[in-house]
Amino acid sequence: MNMPVDNAALDALIRQRLDEILPQKLEEIRAAKTPSMTIIATKGTLDWAYPPFILGSTAAALGWDVSIFCTFYGLNLLKKDISDLKVSPLGNPGMPMKMPFGPDWFKSLNWNIPNLIQAGIPGFESMATMLMKQTIKNNGVAEIGELRGLCLEAGVEMIGCQMTVDLFGFTHDDFIPEVKEYCGAATFLPMAQQADVSLYM
Amino acid sequence: MNFDKELDAKGLNCPLPILRAKKALADMTSGQVLRIMSTDPGSVKDFAAFAKQTGNELLSTAEKGKEFEFYIKRK
Repeated sequence: MNMPVDNAALDALIRQRLDEILPQKLEEIRAAKTPSMTIIATKGTLDWAYPPFILGSTAAALGWDVSIFCTFYGLNLLKKDISDLKVSPLGNPGMPMKMPFGPDWFKSLNWNIPNLIQAGIPGFESMATMLMKQTIKNNGVAEIGELRGLCLEAGVEMIGCQMTVDLFGFTHDDFIPEVKEYCGAATFLPMAQQADVSLYM
Repeated sequence: MNFDKELDAKGLNCPLPILRAKKALADMTSGQVLRIMSTDPGSVKDFAAFAKQTGNELLSTAEKGKEFEFYIKRK
């Protein structure tokens, strides 16, 4: 014999129990999950090499799973030797041009050099890069190769974009052997979908 | 306070103090205490966040002039 079911009462009861149980259950699920982050690195200059490696290595230190997908100029970050990455103040009005040596009043000067002159002086980028590297050293900021090494050591996965490897005429041999895989957008997007944090740099 | 290991992170900037601390803790056993000295003002908030996220207990934070001292107990 079927008992008459009072759906409204049943729904109210379920709702009440869910309110009681759900917050704790969700907290348990959240606590048990390893946070994950995916980064798309698209820049190949010394200054822009820092954000992906700083955030990648720090996230790994916090116990997160991290993947860095290097595409376009970001492929430069995977090259065997990254000591030749450069920074350019040309057309980059946000970059302070300060000297990393001399007395304090001299160091605080911002050398506002017009683009036209920057573009005309041979070796201007190399000089700016040298000054930037000295500033990095003076401030106890990690050297970029060291930071990448710390990422690799901590298990940060480096992924290369195969399309741009072909586009720029690179071969896999140009890159560090630690690169986990070479793939495309269709492989990366599902990873990003599952990640808690996904950043484009 | 007693400690089992010491890390000198003076002169290092973000994120190196955290990365070195993580490495030092990895070589220690549960319950051991790591003392860290740093000069990066950002490390005060960063070590608190690091401890909260990784479950290693931040026993104390102290400012000594321009230096910062942390005691972290390994999970």
